[in-house]
Amino acid sequence: MTTATPEAATRDAATPEAATASSGRPGPIGLPRLLSAAGQPMDLAAHLQVHGRTPYRGGPGMLIHTIESAGLTGRGGAAFPTHTKLAAVAGQKGAPVVVGNGAEGEPASDKDKTLLWSCPHLVLDGLQLAAEAVGAKRVHLYVHREPRLVQRLQSAIAERAAAGLDRIAVGLVTAPVRFLAGEASALANRVEGGPALPRFSPPRVFERGVNGAPTLVQNVETLAHLALISRYGPAWFRTLGTETEPGSMLTTVRLANGGGGVGETSLGTPIAELLRLAQYPAQAVLVGGYHGAWLSPEQARALTLSNADLRPLGAAVGAGVLAALPVDRCGVIESARVVRYLALESAGQCGPCLNGLPLIADTLSQLANHRSAPSARGDLARWSKLVERRGACHHPDGTVRFLRSALTVFAAEVRVHEAGRCSASSYEPFLPIPAGSPDHKDDWS
Amino acid sequence: MDESLRVNPILCTGHGLCAELLPEQVDLDEWGYPLLSDNPVPDGLRPLARRAVNDCPALALMLVGGR
Repeated sequence: MTTATPEAATRDAATPEAATASSGRPGPIGLPRLLSAAGQPMDLAAHLQVHGRTPYRGGPGMLIHTIESAGLTGRGGAAFPTHTKLAAVAGQKGAPVVVGNGAEGEPASDKDKTLLWSCPHLVLDGLQLAAEAVGAKRVHLYVHREPRLVQRLQSAIAERAAAGLDRIAVGLVTAPVRFLAGEASALANRVEGGPALPRFSPPRVFERGVNGAPTLVQNVETLAHLALISRYGPAWFRTLGTETEPGSMLTTVRLANGGGGVGETSLGTPIAELLRLAQYPAQAVLVGGYHGAWLSPEQARALTLSNADLRPLGAAVGAGVLAALPVDRCGVIESARVVRYLALESAGQCGPCLNGLPLIADTLSQLANHRSAPSARGDLARWSKLVERRGACHHPDGTVRFLRSALTVFAAEVRVHEAGRCSASSYEPFLPIPAGSPDHKDDWS
Repeated sequence: MDESLRVNPILCTGHGLCAELLPEQVDLDEWGYPLLSDNPVPDGLRPLARRAVNDCPALALMLVGGR
Protein backbone atom coordinates (compact mmCIF):
# COMPACT_ATOMS: atom_id res chain seq x y z
CA MET A 1 0.00 0.00 0.00
CA THR A 2 1.40 3.35 -0.99
CA THR A 3 0.90 6.32 1.24
CA ALA A 4 1.85 9.71 -0.09
CA THR A 5 1.09 11.77 3.01
CA PRO A 6 0.69 11.31 6.75
CA GLU A 7 -3.05 12.07 6.35
CA ALA A 8 -3.37 9.26 3.86
CA ALA A 9 -1.58 6.89 6.21
CA THR A 10 -4.05 7.72 8.98
CA ARG A 11 -6.96 7.03 6.66
CA ASP A 12 -5.44 3.72 5.59
CA ALA A 13 -5.29 2.54 9.15
CA ALA A 14 -8.88 3.56 9.75
CA THR A 15 -10.25 1.85 6.65
CA PRO A 16 -10.72 -1.89 6.95
CA GLU A 17 -10.72 -2.35 3.15
CA ALA A 18 -7.12 -1.22 3.03
CA ALA A 19 -5.97 -4.61 4.20
CA THR A 20 -8.44 -6.76 2.28
CA ALA A 21 -9.56 -5.17 -0.96
CA SER A 22 -6.23 -5.22 -2.73
CA SER A 23 -5.52 -7.74 -5.47
CA GLY A 24 -2.13 -8.50 -4.01
CA ARG A 25 -0.43 -6.28 -6.55
CA PRO A 26 0.64 -2.81 -5.49
CA GLY A 27 -1.46 -0.06 -7.02
CA PRO A 28 0.23 2.38 -9.35
CA ILE A 29 2.14 5.02 -7.38
CA GLY A 30 1.33 8.63 -8.27
CA LEU A 31 0.13 9.51 -11.76
CA PRO A 32 -0.99 8.39 -14.23
CA ARG A 33 -3.36 5.77 -12.92
CA LEU A 34 -5.70 5.36 -15.86
CA LEU A 35 -3.66 6.29 -18.88
CA SER A 36 -0.75 4.01 -19.59
CA ALA A 37 2.50 5.39 -18.24
CA ALA A 38 4.34 4.45 -21.44
CA GLY A 39 1.93 6.57 -23.46
CA GLN A 40 1.25 3.56 -25.74
CA PRO A 41 -2.21 2.06 -26.14
CA MET A 42 -2.53 -1.02 -23.93
CA ASP A 43 -3.63 -4.23 -25.63
CA LEU A 44 -5.08 -7.10 -23.60
CA ALA A 45 -1.72 -8.76 -22.96
CA ALA A 46 -0.23 -5.53 -21.62
CA HIS A 47 -3.36 -4.85 -19.56
CA LEU A 48 -3.25 -8.31 -17.98
CA GLN A 49 0.45 -7.95 -17.26
CA VAL A 50 -0.05 -4.64 -15.44
CA HIS A 51 -3.44 -5.13 -13.77
CA GLY A 52 -4.22 -8.86 -13.90
CA ARG A 53 -7.62 -10.41 -14.67
CA THR A 54 -10.98 -8.80 -13.90
CA PRO A 55 -11.39 -8.99 -10.08
CA TYR A 56 -14.96 -10.26 -9.80
CA ARG A 57 -16.39 -10.16 -6.28
CA GLY A 58 -18.63 -13.19 -6.53
CA GLY A 59 -22.04 -11.55 -6.28
CA PRO A 60 -24.21 -8.47 -6.46
CA GLY A 61 -23.73 -5.69 -3.93
CA MET A 62 -20.26 -6.76 -2.79
CA LEU A 63 -18.41 -3.93 -4.49
CA ILE A 64 -20.77 -1.12 -3.51
CA HIS A 65 -19.36 -0.60 -0.01
CA THR A 66 -15.81 -0.55 -1.37
CA ILE A 67 -16.79 2.16 -3.84
CA GLU A 68 -18.47 4.10 -1.04
CA SER A 69 -15.31 3.94 1.08
CA ALA A 70 -13.27 5.13 -1.88
CA GLY A 71 -15.59 8.13 -2.34
CA LEU A 72 -15.63 7.75 -6.13
CA THR A 73 -17.86 10.24 -7.94
CA GLY A 74 -19.00 10.28 -11.56
CA ARG A 75 -16.44 11.69 -13.97
CA GLY A 76 -18.92 12.48 -16.75
CA GLY A 77 -19.64 15.92 -15.33
CA ALA A 78 -22.17 15.70 -12.51
CA ALA A 79 -19.79 14.28 -9.85
CA PHE A 80 -22.64 12.24 -8.39
CA PRO A 81 -21.52 9.63 -5.81
CA THR A 82 -21.05 6.38 -7.75
CA HIS A 83 -22.04 4.10 -4.87
CA THR A 84 -25.40 5.89 -4.48
CA LYS A 85 -26.17 5.28 -8.14
CA LEU A 86 -25.08 1.64 -7.90
CA ALA A 87 -27.25 1.09 -4.83
CA ALA A 88 -30.24 2.86 -6.39
CA VAL A 89 -30.11 0.65 -9.48
CA ALA A 90 -29.45 -2.52 -7.49
CA GLY A 91 -32.47 -1.73 -5.31
CA GLN A 92 -34.97 -1.56 -8.18
CA LYS A 93 -37.27 -4.39 -9.23
CA GLY A 94 -36.20 -6.23 -12.38
CA ALA A 95 -32.86 -7.09 -13.94
CA PRO A 96 -30.86 -3.91 -14.54
CA VAL A 97 -29.06 -2.83 -17.68
CA VAL A 98 -25.60 -1.26 -17.42
CA VAL A 99 -24.33 1.19 -20.01
CA GLY A 100 -20.81 2.60 -20.16
CA ASN A 101 -21.17 6.12 -21.49
CA GLY A 102 -18.35 7.13 -23.80
CA ALA A 103 -20.38 9.49 -25.98
CA GLU A 104 -18.34 12.56 -25.13
CA GLY A 105 -20.40 15.27 -26.80
CA GLU A 106 -18.48 18.18 -25.33
CA PRO A 107 -16.33 19.54 -28.19
CA ALA A 108 -13.67 20.83 -25.78
CA SER A 109 -13.24 17.41 -24.12
CA ASP A 110 -11.18 14.53 -25.50
CA LYS A 111 -10.54 12.54 -22.36
CA ASP A 112 -13.09 9.73 -22.86
CA LYS A 113 -12.00 9.13 -26.46
CA THR A 114 -8.38 9.08 -25.30
CA LEU A 115 -9.14 6.65 -22.47
CA LEU A 116 -11.17 4.33 -24.71
CA TRP A 117 -8.43 4.38 -27.31
CA SER A 118 -5.49 3.84 -24.99
CA CYS A 119 -6.94 1.70 -22.16
CA PRO A 120 -10.18 0.07 -23.33
CA HIS A 121 -9.71 -2.95 -21.05
CA LEU A 122 -9.88 -0.90 -17.86
CA VAL A 123 -13.23 0.47 -19.01
CA LEU A 124 -14.46 -2.98 -20.04
CA ASP A 125 -13.34 -4.43 -16.68
CA GLY A 126 -15.26 -1.67 -14.91
CA LEU A 127 -18.34 -2.39 -17.01
CA GLN A 128 -18.32 -6.06 -15.96
CA LEU A 129 -17.69 -5.21 -12.30
CA ALA A 130 -20.49 -2.62 -12.25
CA ALA A 131 -22.79 -5.17 -13.89
CA GLU A 132 -21.91 -7.72 -11.21
CA ALA A 133 -22.43 -5.14 -8.46
CA VAL A 134 -26.00 -4.32 -9.55
CA GLY A 135 -26.91 -7.82 -10.80
CA ALA A 136 -27.31 -6.76 -14.43
CA LYS A 137 -28.06 -9.16 -17.25
CA ARG A 138 -27.35 -6.79 -20.12
CA VAL A 139 -24.30 -4.63 -20.71
CA HIS A 140 -23.62 -2.01 -23.36
CA LEU A 141 -20.82 0.32 -24.29
CA TYR A 142 -22.07 3.53 -25.89
CA VAL A 143 -19.66 5.53 -28.03
CA HIS A 144 -19.67 7.99 -30.91
CA ARG A 145 -19.84 6.43 -34.33
CA GLU A 146 -16.21 7.06 -35.14
CA PRO A 147 -15.12 4.12 -37.31
CA ARG A 148 -11.55 3.74 -35.98
CA LEU A 149 -12.61 3.81 -32.34
CA VAL A 150 -15.57 1.49 -32.94
CA GLN A 151 -13.34 -1.02 -34.73
CA ARG A 152 -10.75 -0.91 -31.96
CA LEU A 153 -13.39 -1.46 -29.29
CA GLN A 154 -14.97 -4.31 -31.26
CA SER A 155 -11.64 -6.10 -31.41
CA ALA A 156 -10.98 -5.42 -27.70
CA ILE A 157 -14.37 -6.96 -26.86
CA ALA A 158 -13.66 -9.95 -29.11
CA GLU A 159 -10.22 -10.44 -27.52
CA ARG A 160 -11.81 -10.53 -24.08
CA ALA A 161 -14.45 -13.00 -25.21
CA ALA A 162 -11.68 -15.28 -26.51
CA ALA A 163 -9.86 -14.99 -23.16
CA GLY A 164 -13.06 -15.70 -21.23
CA LEU A 165 -12.85 -12.44 -19.28
CA ASP A 166 -16.35 -11.06 -19.74
CA ARG A 167 -19.22 -12.79 -17.97
CA ILE A 168 -21.84 -10.77 -19.86
CA ALA A 169 -21.38 -10.12 -23.57
CA VAL A 170 -20.91 -6.41 -24.25
CA GLY A 171 -23.10 -4.84 -26.93
CA LEU A 172 -21.51 -1.85 -28.64
CA VAL A 173 -24.02 0.91 -29.43
CA THR A 174 -23.05 3.91 -31.51
CA ALA A 175 -24.26 7.44 -30.92
CA PRO A 176 -24.46 10.40 -33.27
CA VAL A 177 -21.69 12.96 -32.69
CA ARG A 178 -24.04 15.41 -31.00
CA PHE A 179 -23.65 17.46 -27.83
CA LEU A 180 -26.66 15.85 -26.13
CA ALA A 181 -26.17 12.24 -27.26
CA GLY A 182 -24.55 11.33 -23.94
CA GLU A 183 -27.40 12.70 -21.80
CA ALA A 184 -28.66 9.68 -19.83
CA SER A 185 -32.21 9.58 -21.19
CA ALA A 186 -31.02 10.23 -24.76
CA LEU A 187 -28.61 7.33 -24.27
CA ALA A 188 -31.48 5.09 -23.10
CA ASN A 189 -33.49 5.99 -26.20
CA ARG A 190 -30.54 5.23 -28.47
CA VAL A 191 -29.65 1.92 -26.79
CA GLU A 192 -33.26 0.87 -27.42
CA GLY A 193 -32.66 1.53 -31.11
CA GLY A 194 -34.29 4.95 -31.28
CA PRO A 195 -32.89 8.43 -31.80
CA ALA A 196 -30.50 9.85 -29.17
CA LEU A 197 -33.02 12.41 -27.94
CA PRO A 198 -33.61 13.30 -24.29
CA ARG A 199 -36.81 12.12 -22.59
CA PHE A 200 -39.03 13.73 -20.01
CA SER A 201 -38.45 12.55 -16.45
CA PRO A 202 -39.77 11.01 -14.25
CA PRO A 203 -39.14 8.18 -14.58
CA ARG A 204 -35.40 8.62 -14.22
CA VAL A 205 -33.24 6.12 -16.09
CA PHE A 206 -32.15 4.40 -12.87
CA GLU A 207 -35.83 3.57 -12.31
CA ARG A 208 -36.89 2.86 -15.89
CA GLY A 209 -34.33 3.34 -18.63
CA VAL A 210 -33.46 1.00 -21.48
CA ASN A 211 -36.64 -0.91 -22.45
CA GLY A 212 -38.15 -0.02 -19.09
CA ALA A 213 -35.39 -1.76 -17.11
CA PRO A 214 -33.56 -0.02 -14.26
CA THR A 215 -30.48 1.34 -15.99
CA LEU A 216 -27.07 2.24 -14.62
CA VAL A 217 -25.38 4.82 -16.82
CA GLN A 218 -21.76 5.42 -15.88
CA ASN A 219 -19.18 7.50 -17.66
CA VAL A 220 -16.34 5.36 -19.05
CA GLU A 221 -13.72 7.10 -16.90
CA THR A 222 -15.78 6.38 -13.79
CA LEU A 223 -15.82 2.71 -14.80
CA ALA A 224 -12.04 2.69 -15.24
CA HIS A 225 -11.58 4.14 -11.73
CA LEU A 226 -14.02 1.54 -10.41
CA ALA A 227 -11.93 -1.21 -12.01
CA LEU A 228 -8.79 0.10 -10.28
CA ILE A 229 -10.49 0.55 -6.89
CA SER A 230 -11.71 -3.06 -7.13
CA ARG A 231 -8.10 -4.16 -7.44
CA TYR A 232 -6.15 -1.76 -5.25
CA GLY A 233 -8.73 -0.69 -2.67
CA PRO A 234 -10.28 2.53 -1.37
CA ALA A 235 -7.24 3.58 0.68
CA TRP A 236 -5.05 3.44 -2.43
CA PHE A 237 -7.65 5.53 -4.32
CA ARG A 238 -7.60 8.16 -1.57
CA THR A 239 -3.83 8.65 -1.70
CA LEU A 240 -4.57 11.24 -4.39
CA GLY A 241 -7.15 14.01 -4.36
CA THR A 242 -8.70 15.69 -1.34
CA GLU A 243 -10.57 14.28 1.65
CA THR A 244 -13.96 15.25 0.17
CA GLU A 245 -13.03 14.74 -3.50
CA PRO A 246 -10.62 11.82 -3.58
CA GLY A 247 -8.70 10.36 -6.49
CA SER A 248 -7.50 11.51 -9.84
CA MET A 249 -9.38 12.65 -12.90
CA LEU A 250 -8.72 13.01 -16.59
CA THR A 251 -8.61 16.55 -17.90
CA THR A 252 -8.58 18.18 -21.30
CA VAL A 253 -6.50 21.32 -21.01
CA ARG A 254 -6.11 24.17 -23.51
CA LEU A 255 -3.23 26.46 -22.61
CA ALA A 256 -3.20 30.11 -23.66
CA ASN A 257 -0.24 29.39 -25.98
CA GLY A 258 -2.36 26.91 -27.96
CA GLY A 259 -0.77 23.83 -26.38
CA GLY A 260 -2.32 21.32 -24.03
CA GLY A 261 -4.09 18.00 -24.36
CA VAL A 262 -5.49 15.18 -22.27
CA GLY A 263 -3.83 14.50 -18.93
CA GLU A 264 -4.56 12.98 -15.58
CA THR A 265 -4.43 15.04 -12.44
CA SER A 266 -5.14 14.82 -8.76
CA LEU A 267 -8.35 16.53 -7.69
CA GLY A 268 -7.46 19.64 -5.73
CA THR A 269 -4.57 20.66 -8.01
CA PRO A 270 -4.33 24.44 -8.45
CA ILE A 271 -5.94 25.56 -11.72
CA ALA A 272 -3.06 27.99 -12.31
CA GLU A 273 -0.67 25.03 -12.28
CA LEU A 274 -2.75 22.98 -14.72
CA LEU A 275 -3.04 25.91 -17.14
CA ARG A 276 0.51 27.16 -16.47
CA LEU A 277 -0.92 30.64 -16.03
CA ALA A 278 2.36 32.12 -14.74
CA GLN A 279 4.02 31.14 -18.01
CA TYR A 280 1.07 31.70 -20.37
CA PRO A 281 -1.15 34.53 -19.11
CA ALA A 282 -4.86 34.30 -19.81
CA GLN A 283 -7.63 36.89 -19.85
CA ALA A 284 -10.18 34.34 -18.62
CA VAL A 285 -10.46 30.63 -17.82
CA LEU A 286 -13.28 28.35 -18.92
CA VAL A 287 -13.98 25.54 -16.46
CA GLY A 288 -16.30 22.60 -17.12
CA GLY A 289 -16.78 23.03 -20.86
CA TYR A 290 -19.65 24.60 -22.79
CA HIS A 291 -22.16 23.98 -20.01
CA GLY A 292 -19.56 25.32 -17.62
CA ALA A 293 -18.49 28.79 -16.59
CA TRP A 294 -15.90 31.46 -17.32
CA LEU A 295 -13.74 32.68 -14.45
CA SER A 296 -11.58 35.78 -14.28
CA PRO A 297 -7.82 35.10 -14.08
CA GLU A 298 -7.86 36.40 -10.49
CA GLN A 299 -10.56 33.87 -9.56
CA ALA A 300 -8.81 31.06 -11.42
CA ARG A 301 -5.49 31.76 -9.69
CA ALA A 302 -7.10 31.40 -6.28
CA LEU A 303 -8.83 28.08 -6.97
CA THR A 304 -8.05 24.40 -7.23
CA LEU A 305 -9.68 21.88 -9.51
CA SER A 306 -12.38 20.82 -7.04
CA ASN A 307 -16.10 21.34 -6.65
CA ALA A 308 -15.47 22.60 -3.11
CA ASP A 309 -13.67 25.58 -4.65
CA LEU A 310 -15.71 25.98 -7.84
CA ARG A 311 -19.34 25.45 -6.81
CA PRO A 312 -19.54 28.56 -4.61
CA LEU A 313 -18.77 30.53 -7.80
CA GLY A 314 -21.44 28.76 -9.84
CA ALA A 315 -18.82 26.70 -11.67
CA ALA A 316 -17.95 22.99 -11.46
CA VAL A 317 -15.18 20.56 -12.29
CA GLY A 318 -17.55 18.93 -14.80
CA ALA A 319 -15.80 16.53 -17.13
CA GLY A 320 -12.40 18.16 -16.53
CA VAL A 321 -12.31 20.73 -19.31
CA LEU A 322 -10.03 23.71 -18.66
CA ALA A 323 -9.29 26.39 -21.25
CA ALA A 324 -7.21 29.55 -20.82
CA LEU A 325 -8.35 32.26 -23.23
CA PRO A 326 -5.31 34.08 -24.64
CA VAL A 327 -5.13 37.82 -23.95
CA ASP A 328 -5.28 38.74 -27.65
CA ARG A 329 -8.76 37.23 -28.24
CA CYS A 330 -12.25 38.57 -27.62
CA GLY A 331 -14.27 36.79 -24.95
CA VAL A 332 -17.54 38.08 -26.40
CA ILE A 333 -16.77 36.67 -29.85
CA GLU A 334 -15.58 33.34 -28.42
CA SER A 335 -18.68 33.06 -26.22
CA ALA A 336 -20.99 33.98 -29.11
CA ARG A 337 -19.50 31.15 -31.18
CA VAL A 338 -20.09 28.67 -28.37
CA VAL A 339 -23.65 29.83 -27.69
CA ARG A 340 -24.46 29.63 -31.42
CA TYR A 341 -23.18 26.05 -31.40
CA LEU A 342 -25.25 25.21 -28.29
CA ALA A 343 -28.39 26.69 -29.86
CA LEU A 344 -27.86 24.50 -32.93
CA GLU A 345 -27.34 21.49 -30.68
CA SER A 346 -30.74 21.89 -29.02
CA ALA A 347 -32.80 18.79 -29.66
CA GLY A 348 -35.62 21.19 -30.50
CA GLN A 349 -38.15 19.19 -28.50
CA CYS A 350 -39.13 21.78 -25.89
CA GLY A 351 -40.69 25.12 -26.80
CA PRO A 352 -38.65 27.42 -24.54
CA CYS A 353 -35.30 25.92 -25.66
CA LEU A 354 -36.36 25.78 -29.33
CA ASN A 355 -37.43 29.43 -29.31
CA GLY A 356 -35.17 30.95 -26.68
CA LEU A 357 -31.73 29.57 -27.55
CA PRO A 358 -31.69 30.89 -31.16
CA LEU A 359 -32.78 34.33 -29.92
CA ILE A 360 -30.06 34.30 -27.28
CA ALA A 361 -27.48 33.17 -29.85
CA ASP A 362 -28.55 35.83 -32.38
CA THR A 363 -28.43 38.60 -29.80
CA LEU A 364 -25.00 37.59 -28.52
CA SER A 365 -23.73 37.38 -32.12
CA GLN A 366 -25.07 40.88 -32.79
CA LEU A 367 -23.23 42.06 -29.70
CA ALA A 368 -20.06 40.37 -30.95
CA ASN A 369 -20.51 42.05 -34.37
CA HIS A 370 -21.32 45.53 -32.96
CA ARG A 371 -24.87 45.38 -34.35
CA SER A 372 -26.72 44.96 -31.08
CA ALA A 373 -29.90 46.79 -30.16
CA PRO A 374 -29.78 48.91 -26.97
CA SER A 375 -32.03 46.29 -25.38
CA ALA A 376 -29.54 43.43 -25.96
CA ARG A 377 -28.40 42.89 -22.38
CA GLY A 378 -31.93 43.15 -21.02
CA ASP A 379 -33.21 40.71 -23.66
CA LEU A 380 -30.47 38.21 -22.84
CA ALA A 381 -31.30 38.39 -19.13
CA ARG A 382 -35.05 37.94 -19.77
CA TRP A 383 -34.69 35.04 -22.21
CA SER A 384 -32.20 33.36 -19.88
CA LYS A 385 -34.84 33.30 -17.17
CA LEU A 386 -37.46 32.07 -19.64
CA VAL A 387 -35.48 29.03 -20.81
CA GLU A 388 -33.96 28.05 -17.47
CA ARG A 389 -35.36 24.87 -15.87
CA ARG A 390 -37.99 24.59 -18.60
CA GLY A 391 -36.45 21.84 -20.70
CA ALA A 392 -36.80 18.08 -20.44
CA CYS A 393 -33.01 17.99 -20.14
CA HIS A 394 -30.49 20.47 -18.74
CA HIS A 395 -29.38 21.91 -22.07
CA PRO A 396 -31.03 25.32 -21.56
CA ASP A 397 -29.72 25.47 -17.96
CA GLY A 398 -26.15 24.72 -18.99
CA THR A 399 -26.32 27.18 -21.88
CA VAL A 400 -27.59 29.93 -19.58
CA ARG A 401 -24.87 29.17 -17.02
CA PHE A 402 -22.21 29.63 -19.72
CA LEU A 403 -23.88 32.80 -21.06
CA ARG A 404 -24.25 34.47 -17.66
CA SER A 405 -20.64 33.77 -16.74
CA ALA A 406 -19.54 35.25 -20.09
CA LEU A 407 -21.58 38.42 -19.55
CA THR A 408 -20.06 38.75 -16.07
CA VAL A 409 -16.41 37.95 -16.80
CA PHE A 410 -16.42 39.86 -20.11
CA ALA A 411 -18.64 42.72 -18.86
CA ALA A 412 -16.06 45.35 -19.77
CA GLU A 413 -15.63 43.92 -23.27
CA VAL A 414 -19.43 43.84 -23.72
CA ARG A 415 -19.44 47.62 -23.14
CA VAL A 416 -16.58 48.07 -25.60
CA HIS A 417 -18.70 46.20 -28.17
CA GLU A 418 -21.78 48.25 -27.38
CA ALA A 419 -19.65 51.29 -28.22
CA GLY A 420 -18.83 49.70 -31.59
CA ARG A 421 -15.30 48.50 -30.90
CA CYS A 422 -13.44 45.31 -29.96
CA SER A 423 -10.26 44.89 -27.91
CA ALA A 424 -9.00 41.77 -29.66
CA SER A 425 -5.93 41.77 -31.87
CA SER A 426 -6.47 38.20 -33.11
CA TYR A 427 -9.72 36.79 -34.48
CA GLU A 428 -8.45 33.27 -34.91
CA PRO A 429 -11.04 30.99 -33.23
CA PHE A 430 -9.75 29.54 -29.96
CA LEU A 431 -12.41 27.23 -28.51
CA PRO A 432 -13.16 24.23 -30.73
CA ILE A 433 -16.49 24.07 -32.53
CA PRO A 434 -17.13 20.90 -34.57
CA ALA A 435 -17.12 21.60 -38.29
CA GLY A 436 -20.42 21.20 -40.05
CA SER A 437 -22.53 20.63 -36.96
CA PRO A 438 -25.48 22.57 -38.44
CA ASP A 439 -25.48 20.24 -41.47
CA HIS A 440 -26.45 17.19 -39.50
CA LYS A 441 -29.06 18.97 -37.45
CA ASP A 442 -31.72 16.33 -37.81
CA ASP A 443 -29.59 13.21 -37.58
CA TRP A 444 -29.93 11.73 -34.10
CA SER A 445 -29.37 8.03 -34.76
CA MET B 1 -52.63 16.46 -0.18
CA ASP B 2 -51.16 19.45 -2.01
CA GLU B 3 -50.93 19.10 -5.73
CA SER B 4 -49.20 21.32 -8.22
CA LEU B 5 -49.16 21.58 -11.98
CA ARG B 6 -46.34 20.23 -14.08
CA VAL B 7 -45.86 20.23 -17.82
CA ASN B 8 -44.04 17.79 -20.05
CA PRO B 9 -42.18 20.31 -22.24
CA ILE B 10 -41.57 17.74 -24.99
CA LEU B 11 -45.32 17.14 -25.45
CA CYS B 12 -46.41 20.75 -24.93
CA THR B 13 -47.07 22.58 -28.19
CA GLY B 14 -48.27 25.84 -26.66
CA HIS B 15 -52.02 25.68 -27.28
CA GLY B 16 -52.49 27.88 -24.22
CA LEU B 17 -55.74 26.29 -23.07
CA CYS B 18 -54.34 25.83 -19.55
CA ALA B 19 -53.68 29.57 -19.23
CA GLU B 20 -57.22 30.35 -20.35
CA LEU B 21 -58.76 27.97 -17.84
CA LEU B 22 -56.44 28.76 -14.97
CA PRO B 23 -54.91 32.22 -15.23
CA GLU B 24 -54.28 32.15 -11.46
CA GLN B 25 -51.81 29.30 -11.92
CA VAL B 26 -50.63 29.53 -15.52
CA ASP B 27 -49.05 32.39 -17.42
CA LEU B 28 -47.83 32.18 -21.00
CA ASP B 29 -44.31 33.17 -22.04
CA GLU B 30 -43.68 35.31 -25.11
CA TRP B 31 -43.69 32.19 -27.29
CA GLY B 32 -46.99 30.90 -25.95
CA TYR B 33 -45.64 28.18 -23.63
CA PRO B 34 -46.98 27.87 -20.09
CA LEU B 35 -45.18 29.30 -17.08
CA LEU B 36 -46.57 27.37 -14.14
CA SER B 37 -46.90 28.66 -10.61
CA ASP B 38 -44.67 26.89 -8.11
CA ASN B 39 -47.43 27.13 -5.52
CA PRO B 40 -49.80 24.20 -4.96
CA VAL B 41 -53.22 24.44 -6.58
CA PRO B 42 -55.66 25.89 -3.97
CA ASP B 43 -58.64 23.67 -3.13
CA GLY B 44 -61.07 26.04 -4.85
CA LEU B 45 -59.20 25.78 -8.14
CA ARG B 46 -58.75 22.04 -8.13
CA PRO B 47 -61.75 21.24 -10.39
CA LEU B 48 -60.50 23.74 -12.97
CA ALA B 49 -56.98 22.36 -12.69
CA ARG B 50 -58.29 18.84 -13.32
CA ARG B 51 -60.16 20.13 -16.34
CA ALA B 52 -57.04 21.85 -17.67
CA VAL B 53 -55.15 18.55 -17.31
CA ASN B 54 -57.89 16.52 -18.98
CA ASP B 55 -58.52 19.00 -21.79
CA CYS B 56 -54.86 19.71 -22.69
CA PRO B 57 -54.78 18.98 -26.45
CA ALA B 58 -51.19 17.70 -26.22
CA LEU B 59 -51.78 15.68 -23.00
CA ALA B 60 -48.76 17.57 -21.65
CA LEU B 61 -50.19 18.91 -18.39
CA MET B 62 -50.32 16.95 -15.17
CA LEU B 63 -51.05 17.37 -11.49
CA VAL B 64 -48.32 15.99 -9.30
CA GLY B 65 -48.80 14.99 -5.69
CA GLY B 66 -47.59 17.25 -2.92
CA ARG B 67 -45.24 16.84 -0.07
